[in-house]
Amino acid sequence: MSNAPVDHGRRRFLTIATSVVGGVGAIGVAVPFIASWNPSERAKQAGAAVTADISKLEPGQLIRVEWRGKPVWIVKRTEETLAELEKTENKLRDPSSDVAQQPAYAQNRHRSIRPEIFIAVGICTHLGCSPSYLPNDFSAQVEGIRAGFFCPCHGSKFDMAGRVFQGVPAPTNLVVPPHMFIDDNTIVVGEDAGVV
Amino acid sequence: MFKNLMSWIEYRLPFMDKMNLHVMQYPAPKNFNFWYFFGSLAMLVLVNQIVTGIWLTMNYEPSAEGAFASVEYIMRDVDYGWLLRYMHSTGASAFFVVVYLHMLRGMMYGSYQKPRELLWIFGMLIFLVLMAEAFMGYLLPWGQMSFWGAQVIIGIFGTIPFVGEDLTLWIRGDYVISGATLNRFFALHVIALPLVLVILVFLHIMALHEVGSNNPDGIDIKKDNDGSVEQTEADKKFTFHQYFTRGGKKIIVDAIPFHPYYTVKDLVGVAGFLLIFAWVIFFLPEGGGYFLEPPNFEPANPLKTPAHIAPVWYFTPFYAILRAIPHPFMGAVAMFAAIVALALLPWLDRGKVRSVRYRSGLHKVNLINFCISFVALGVLGVLPAEGVYTLLAQIFSFTYFGFFVLLFFYSKNENTKPLPVRVT
Repeated sequence: MSNAPVDHGRRRFLTIATSVVGGVGAIGVAVPFIASWNPSERAKQAGAAVTADISKLEPGQLIRVEWRGKPVWIVKRTEETLAELEKTENKLRDPSSDVAQQPAYAQNRHRSIRPEIFIAVGICTHLGCSPSYLPNDFSAQVEGIRAGFFCPCHGSKFDMAGRVFQGVPAPTNLVVPPHMFIDDNTIVVGEDAGVV
Repeated sequence: MFKNLMSWIEYRLPFMDKMNLHVMQYPAPKNFNFWYFFGSLAMLVLVNQIVTGIWLTMNYEPSAEGAFASVEYIMRDVDYGWLLRYMHSTGASAFFVVVYLHMLRGMMYGSYQKPRELLWIFGMLIFLVLMAEAFMGYLLPWGQMSFWGAQVIIGIFGTIPFVGEDLTLWIRGDYVISGATLNRFFALHVIALPLVLVILVFLHIMALHEVGSNNPDGIDIKKDNDGSVEQTEADKKFTFHQYFTRGGKKIIVDAIPFHPYYTVKDLVGVAGFLLIFAWVIFFLPEGGGYFLEPPNFEPANPLKTPAHIAPVWYFTPFYAILRAIPHPFMGAVAMFAAIVALALLPWLDRGKVRSVRYRSGLHKVNLINFCISFVALGVLGVLPAEGVYTLLAQIFSFTYFGFFVLLFFYSKNENTKPLPVRVT
């Protein structure tokens, strides 16, 4: 044993240096444990965005794509349908889409990026049935309105922007998923790459 | 021979000494009433949960495809599987019953006050872990309410600004609640959280034995050995571990050894508890739809939301607070604050008198206000959030927090009754 006096400065430095190195190691070890909770590659694959070609979509036509296990509607609305959106507004529960059922870029009257192309998750916000698309016969449900969505399970009604009518069981408008156009005829559902 | 073996062990591991310290020669106040049953009952239920839980895992299958069917298999095909599962599911509710009563006891008799703050904090941590444990366990049967209840609770994390969405994705491990979520909840429910729970219970008891048990009078049973208080003949009858007299600096009055006096008393509590517990298991295992909710007899279906989602009864007081606030994130904050407020009781209560027996009439009224608010919120949390129920939930949330605010102000200069020197 040497009889040299205790060098407190050196001791403190060694204590701090050891703690810092150990702490960095602990953080490093924590990374795999925390990161393993992220969605796995398989989950990411299953939840990936889907692409749809709308070049052959006729006015008034509805096509369905599947995204994360849910039916997603893509509808090309006619001029007449777009004009109807304004007429329904006094009968709607949430005409200005205040409840966040859509991305910010779809919070408008037509609830879409392009007025004629409407995209929504085709699941009733009441109990999850899939409403029927009535392109011509909706006036039986709401007088004077030609096209709309009608849920056969409990009679919820939505207009052609997926906005819910008053006096039906569904509490909110249909969900508009994040989506974007990569060119004129191709839509990506499930991803919007930060489009605002 | 046996004696030699015992002393051989004792020399290497002082087992008997620790048994004496914590059981046979632990001084417990002589005036415990029935409110003191619930600590030991909580431990009994913990053992019940661990044992029945281990047996359930022997037949349960933690996967989205197999979970629901494996629970049905346990219920129908495994010998006594129904009993093990009902003991476990009823035990979950029983756990919260005894823990809530245990907490109320602490509030009534000021058991959180100095020097028992850390003991109280450990208790609150146990309560938090217990809630996480119960929540994760409820997902495992993979029924409709399992799925949608988890959806709602995980959604609470989604209300946190900026990081919420990513956080929920991380918790679920998928874009929706899926098998990935089920598997991790299973791992946490059967390994991680029970371990934490057992460690916290150990710390809770160690902290208790360090500062000593409070009692319904809130009067210390350890007095300074300075002649101000004399031991009576009855006090001298018992031997307590020398640790508690701090080498003669303290004398112990009005205490009895934990064993055999309170072990026997607690056995009476256990008998009474098991009577009710067994009755529920055999005659009311679903708890009228409150222990096991009706939608949970249907397998989880991500495309079909149940008409009315209510959490299990023990979460409803906090759930009602969550829904009472119109803003989702502020609601989550308020719900969390409701639990934090309880944890901060040792500092919110600035009084020096512990037991409600010697505190002001205002405190008694305030404590009743707390109980009424808590129970009312519990009832409202089960009901749909609409119309007058929302208003009532707001009123009772206000009175719930009002308890703490009022307490903070009047406890500083409270009009208390004179305290006796010794427990009565």
